[in-house]
Amino acid sequence: MRHIISLLMENEAGALSRVAGLFSARGYNIESLTVAPTEDLTLSRMTIVTSGSDEVIEQIIKQLNKLIDVVRVLDLNDGKYIERELMLVKVKASVQYRDEMKRISDIFRGRIIDVSDNTFTIELTGATSKLDAYIDSLDSDSIIETVRTGASGIGRGDRILKI
Amino acid sequence: MKPEIITGAEIVIRSLQEENVKFVFGYPGGAVLNIYDAIYKQTTFKHVLVRHEQAALHAADAFSRATGKVGVALVTSGPGATNAVTGIATAFMDSIPMVVISGQVPTHAIGQDAFQECDTVGITRPCVKHNFLVKNINDIASTIKKAFYLAATGRPGPVLVDIPKDITAEEAEFIYPKTISLRSYNPVIKGHNGQIKKAVELLVNAKKPMVYSGGGVVLGNASESLTTFVNELGLPITSTLMGLGGFPASDNKFQGMLGMHGTYQANMAMQECDVLLAVGARFDDRVIGNPENFLAKPKKIIHIDIDPASISKRVKIDVPIVGDVKNVLDDFILAYEDIKKTHNKSIASDWLEQIKKWSDKDCMAFKDDGSQIKPQRVVQTLHKVTNGDAFVTSDVGQHQMWAAQYYPFDKPRRWINSGGLGTMGVGLPYAMGCQLAFPDSQVACVTGEASIQMCIQELSTCKQFNLPIKIINLNNRYMGMVRQWQEFFYENRYAESYMDALPDFVKLAESYGHVGMKIEKSSDIEPALKEAFGPKLKERLVFMDFITDQSENVFPMIANGKGLSEMILAEDL
Repeated sequence: MRHIISLLMENEAGALSRVAGLFSARGYNIESLTVAPTEDLTLSRMTIVTSGSDEVIEQIIKQLNKLIDVVRVLDLNDGKYIERELMLVKVKASVQYRDEMKRISDIFRGRIIDVSDNTFTIELTGATSKLDAYIDSLDSDSIIETVRTGASGIGRGDRILKI
Repeated sequence: MKPEIITGAEIVIRSLQEENVKFVFGYPGGAVLNIYDAIYKQTTFKHVLVRHEQAALHAADAFSRATGKVGVALVTSGPGATNAVTGIATAFMDSIPMVVISGQVPTHAIGQDAFQECDTVGITRPCVKHNFLVKNINDIASTIKKAFYLAATGRPGPVLVDIPKDITAEEAEFIYPKTISLRSYNPVIKGHNGQIKKAVELLVNAKKPMVYSGGGVVLGNASESLTTFVNELGLPITSTLMGLGGFPASDNKFQGMLGMHGTYQANMAMQECDVLLAVGARFDDRVIGNPENFLAKPKKIIHIDIDPASISKRVKIDVPIVGDVKNVLDDFILAYEDIKKTHNKSIASDWLEQIKKWSDKDCMAFKDDGSQIKPQRVVQTLHKVTNGDAFVTSDVGQHQMWAAQYYPFDKPRRWINSGGLGTMGVGLPYAMGCQLAFPDSQVACVTGEASIQMCIQELSTCKQFNLPIKIINLNNRYMGMVRQWQEFFYENRYAESYMDALPDFVKLAESYGHVGMKIEKSSDIEPALKEAFGPKLKERLVFMDFITDQSENVFPMIANGKGLSEMILAEDL
C-alpha cells in the first residue's frame, strides 16, 4: 500500500543521502522524495512517498527513526492528511489545439503560465492521483515535457509534526 | 583563567585523553601527520602501530569486545580509510562501540580529486552508526564527544570522524563539553512495565519455555542478570554464536549454541517451545533458518532488545520490550518476585525430559581413531590446557564453528569473533586487541590456513609489542567451509577452495621472530599445547600449525533456507 511519510531532520550536509542510502541499501521503494528547510532553519522537512506491506512500512519507520539526523517521523497514512504535488506540463498548442488544451486545463484547475506560438506551459497542483488523471486525459503525443515535484503532505487539524 | 589555545591536532589528542582512552590503533599518513606529531608529544595513551589499517580496526574492535570500552582507531585519508572499511563494517554488524578518526585532505582540496582523497564519509555511511566530517576547528572537541556518546549508548556501533588536515594545524581554544544531548537521539533504556509483567507471566505459565540469548547480553553486560533470572525459573537456554559466554556453558540448563551449526537439542527446543524469550538477539538467517518454518509450530515470542528496529524484523513478536537488556532483565527479576508469591509451579518436567532426550542424541560426537588430527579434538584439548579461561578469538569458517562448539565459555567477553559480517582475517588482530587489554591473560587465536593469511603481516606488530598470543592453525589445506558446501551442494566440485603453495608456517613464524611448531600426530596435540602455554614460552608468540583431517565437516548443519528441525547430523551420512 502507498504511504506518505513525513519527517523532520537536522538540516546538515549529508542528511539527505543518509535517508536515500537507507532506502537503496534495504531495498525499499521510493516513489518520490521532496525536501526543503522549514521555518526553523536548523530543520529540514522531507516527504517520502513509498509503498510496501504493513511489515515493510513498520520497518521503514523504525529504520528512519534510527538515523541519528532524523528528529521525528510521521506516517501520514496513520490519520487524516492532505497531500499536494505541483506539476508543470508543456503541451503542444498550435492553433487547432489551443482551445481544447485550455478547456482541459480549466477542468483540472490548471493555470497556463507560459505561452508560445506552438506551446502552453500549464501549472497544476493537487494530489498525485489528480495529476496522473490530467496526464491520462491528454493525448500522449501532445505532451512535450513534464516536471513534477513529488508529493508533500501535512496532517489535518490537530495532527502536527513539529518539535 | 587564560583560555587554552592549542592546535586542532592537539585538540584531537586532548579529547581522546578526556575520554580516558588508553590505546589507539593506527597507521600514519600524509593527512594525519599533524595528529601523529601531537601523539609523539603525549604519554597518556599508547599508540599501537599495525601493519595494515584493516588490522587497526579489528584490534580496536577486539579491545572493545574484550573490555566493554570504546575502541579507538586512527587512519589516514584515501587508502587508509578504504583499508579501514572492512574493519568498520565488521564492527557495525556486531554492534561494537568504536570511534574511528580518519584524516582528510585539506578543506580547500576536498572535491578536487586531490592526492589520497576519497569521500570517506560517503563510503562509510552505510556501515557506521553515524559519521561526521569536521570542517571547523571549533567543532573538533564537541564532535569527538558526540562520537564517543553515540558509539557507546543505545545499540552500540562504530562512529567515524573525518578531519581535514588544515584544521588540525589551525589553533583554537580547547573546551571539552561535559555532557552531550542530541534532540534526535534518545535511546530507550527502561522497558515497559506492563509488557515486562506480561512477559514474566507468560514464561511462568508456559508448558515448554525456552530462552534464546544473543550478543546483546554480552554487549549490554547483562550476563549476571540473565543468569539470575534463568536460574530462578530453571529455564532451558540456548545462545547464538555472538552470545556465547553470556550464560555459563557448564550449567546443565545450557543446551549449547543454536542455529546453522547449533546443537540438536537447542534447535529442536527452539522449534518446539511454546513460549520463547529472546534476549538481545535478532532472529537472523544463520540462527533460525527459514522464518516460516520456524513459526510453523505456534509459539508466543517475547523479545527484549535495545533497538526497536530489531523487533518484528524477521519474525513477528508477541511481546516486544524495547530497552537496555540488563535493565529489563533486572525488572524481570523484580516482577518474578511478585508473581512467585502466588505462583509456585516448576517447569513441566516432561519438557525438560524431552530436551534431555534430544541431547542424548549426542550430536557433537565425532569419530577419532587417532590416525589423523581431528580439529574438534584440538579445540577440546585447548579448552583443557587453558582451563576454559582463555580469550579465544577466531577467524571465519569451519574452525570458527569448531571453536564455538568445543570450547564452552563460562564468562562473557571471552569469545571474540566476527559473527555478523563473517570477516576472514580478524583472528590475529582480534587476539592483539585482547592481549593488549589483558597482558597477563591467555589469548588463543583459533584459525585456519586460509584465514590467517589474510592478516598474516600482523605477526610483525605482535613482535614489536611483545604479544604472547598462541595461534592454533587448523590446517586442512582447504577453505574448509567452502569445501564443505561444495561437498554437500555442488557434488564435490571443489572450485578454487584448495590452498596450494602454502608457506612453511614454522619458518614464517620464526622469520617474524616468533616460535613455530608443526603438529602432525594426534598424540602430539596435548603435549604441544601444554608446551605452548607452558612457562617456558609464556612470553612468546607461538604459531602452532596443526595438520588436520582434510575431510572433516562441521555438524550438525542446517542447509541454507531450511528450518531448525531439518538438521543434517554426522550420523546421517
